Amino acid sequence: MEELKKKARELLEAKTVTMVIGYEEGTAGIARPAFIMDPSKAEKLIFDKRCNHNLALYLSKKEVKRAGKIAIVAPMPVMKSVIVLASENQVTENNLVVLGISADEKLVEFENFSAVEKYITEHPESYRAKDKELLDRIDKMNPQERWEFWQKELSKCIKCYACRGACPMCYCGTCTVDCNQPQWISVPSHEIGNLEWHLMRAMHLAGRCINCGQCADSCPLDLPVNILTLKISEDVLKNFNYKAGTSLQQDYVMSTYNPNDKENFIG
Amino acid sequence: MSNNEEITTKTDVKVVAFVCNWCTYAGADLTGTSRIKYASNVRIIRFPCTGRIDFMLLMKAFAKGADGIIVSGCHPNDCHYTSGNYHAKRRWMVFRTLLDFVGIDIARINFTWVSAAEGAKWAEVVNSTVENIKKLGPYTNYKALAKMMESGSLKIEAGN
Amino acid sequence: MNEKLIIRKGSLGKLFEQMQKSGKLIYAPVNKDDKAEFDVLNDFNNYREDYIQTVQSIKSVVFPRHEAILKYRKDHSDVKLDDIDLSSGPETVLFGVHPCDAAGFDVLHAVFTGEYNDKFFVERMKKVTVISMSCSKCDDFCFCTSVGLAPDSGKGSDILLTKLSSGDYLADVISEKGKAIIDSAKELFEETNSEQLAANTKLIADVPVKFDLDKVNNKLGTAFESPVWLAHSMRCLGCGACAFVCPTCSCFDIQDEGNSTCGSRVKCWDSCGFSNFTLHASKHNPRDEQSQRWRQRVLHKFSYQPEQLKIYGCVGCGRCSRACPVDMNLQEHLTAVNNEQ
Repeated sequence: MEELKKKARELLEAKTVTMVIGYEEGTAGIARPAFIMDPSKAEKLIFDKRCNHNLALYLSKKEVKRAGKIAIVAPMPVMKSVIVLASENQVTENNLVVLGISADEKLVEFENFSAVEKYITEHPESYRAKDKELLDRIDKMNPQERWEFWQKELSKCIKCYACRGACPMCYCGTCTVDCNQPQWISVPSHEIGNLEWHLMRAMHLAGRCINCGQCADSCPLDLPVNILTLKISEDVLKNFNYKAGTSLQQDYVMSTYNPNDKENFIG
Repeated sequence: MSNNEEITTKTDVKVVAFVCNWCTYAGADLTGTSRIKYASNVRIIRFPCTGRIDFMLLMKAFAKGADGIIVSGCHPNDCHYTSGNYHAKRRWMVFRTLLDFVGIDIARINFTWVSAAEGAKWAEVVNSTVENIKKLGPYTNYKALAKMMESGSLKIEAGN
Repeated sequence: MNEKLIIRKGSLGKLFEQMQKSGKLIYAPVNKDDKAEFDVLNDFNNYREDYIQTVQSIKSVVFPRHEAILKYRKDHSDVKLDDIDLSSGPETVLFGVHPCDAAGFDVLHAVFTGEYNDKFFVERMKKVTVISMSCSKCDDFCFCTSVGLAPDSGKGSDILLTKLSSGDYLADVISEKGKAIIDSAKELFEETNSEQLAANTKLIADVPVKFDLDKVNNKLGTAFESPVWLAHSMRCLGCGACAFVCPTCSCFDIQDEGNSTCGSRVKCWDSCGFSNFTLHASKHNPRDEQSQRWRQRVLHKFSYQPEQLKIYGCVGCGRCSRACPVDMNLQEHLTAVNNEQ
């Protein structure tokens, strides 16, 4: 990814940015997030199919915020996350250079966030095939089968919160689960604590999740927790015509309303 | 042995009703003053507005032993706080899909709009909900989960 | 002790059946969606001998993910407290764990006994017999030889099995508990002599030493203000994956759960990587940055525990590095610490 390395080096040498967040080689052939501050280290930046972490999660970290203006390597999921964060006033274009990566792994430079928004609209992407498959499979089950499926999966959860850690949208300074006055979500990893945690997280992501799947990828036990937010994303699109990450002007779906919202279950 | 466990037999189902103060609660009051009889299985919890009803409260109700839930407020356009019920409607639309998706029995949750003048409707809502829940029986799936809160632990399994 | 016996390859299954018949609850690595994980073994055909490492450790047998430590209930106007009776648990055998996991119990033992005896650990550990299996394979994440252990170490084990080139197993009887197992199935074990041992090769993995442990310990003593902590922890998500899969991590939280009529006090896993781990009631947090929490994790295992408990808090199983979503590779970091000027 020579053009990426070159661009990163230029930005760092010119002191336009103090840090470039991207991907580098990790252990045993995996990729991992990288934080390049020295122009000579820009050589380490890579980009290929292994680079799936949603780097936008680092934009809310205080160590990164302290660094001033930075650049971020942004494949499509990261681009979308940046747009959601911008619409929630968590990032500004004065402080962030988005180094877009196209689907065919070419560098795409953006003037500002509007350009990123435009790019996203012009390049619609569908969900990962395996996620869609699992979603469809669960949709076809009857309620008891769905209950048993999710109980089996969620009972394995050890409440490590890797899903929360890997999500760019989970940037709350104090997560709901960390509040103990009252302890609204149970801490121990028993079935009910796990169910409450995952459903609560899915609801807090309604209309904000861009379906990068990193919550599931980061789970040490490979639990398909992204399918919960995927289901809600589909529902939100169908009912409210809302797709997270496509507009800088987007209001949070759960704190706005339309008197014409159509439902069929309220008596 | 918890009180919850002792009481719940097939006839003694528990229904929790989350209602708004200005419409449904007043409506329920009217039901009473009109001397209209309705099932006593319902426990009414008063909120200023349906917009205040957190989705987690529904899950907590099931965890604490409810077999059925009623959520009721002002009709659209009649909210005392103008738009609280619109927010609530959106929230329920999304939450209901999620609950159904994980296999929670949404037939046990009855959402309605009941105004302060609809005393008869409130009795109808409660009676039909209680009858429905009695048919469905106690919510054993969820109660089994909730026992964890009381017992504190299960058998230990590796990778557990 | 340390008697060496041979058990024929066909007899492992018979040993399992014998233990099962005598009422023992047996945990072993099995297949779970193509991965090896520990679970209760009811049918020996499900035993997966060939694995490098499971995702989660087996510490939950003596240190469960969550357990009640006391219960309360209202009895009319009285409140009754109930202690937890641990004496009625089943006799348990951990079969086929690797030497690193067995050594992990020694670390947990150092933490949970000594100045204060944690009865929940002690009572459970009393009922556990560890039959470990030496490793014939390893991967890049393994580093037991760098922390004073080995793929055929008997530390923490009651019996250590090692596969031989003949397909049979050498059984090293290390403790009284181990001897009791042997005695219950005497006919399955044969004596051996030094000639027999010499004729058979032990199938033991070659685990290269990745760093000098003494040097690490020395360096850490003066590395508190080193820039290496920030540099290494930038990508850390602050989750609990490493702590929870680790066989030696033992931090726990206490939560009260229940309602006005009954409930329990629950001890459950916690991680020093969480942002609120050291949050005080005053809202002051002495470790409010991830670099401080990462430093704590490394110092705890490689500096504080050796100093206070005379045992290193790491057995080199590599689970933390495998489970970490962003490749926080412990051996890589320790090597970097050693190389710091």
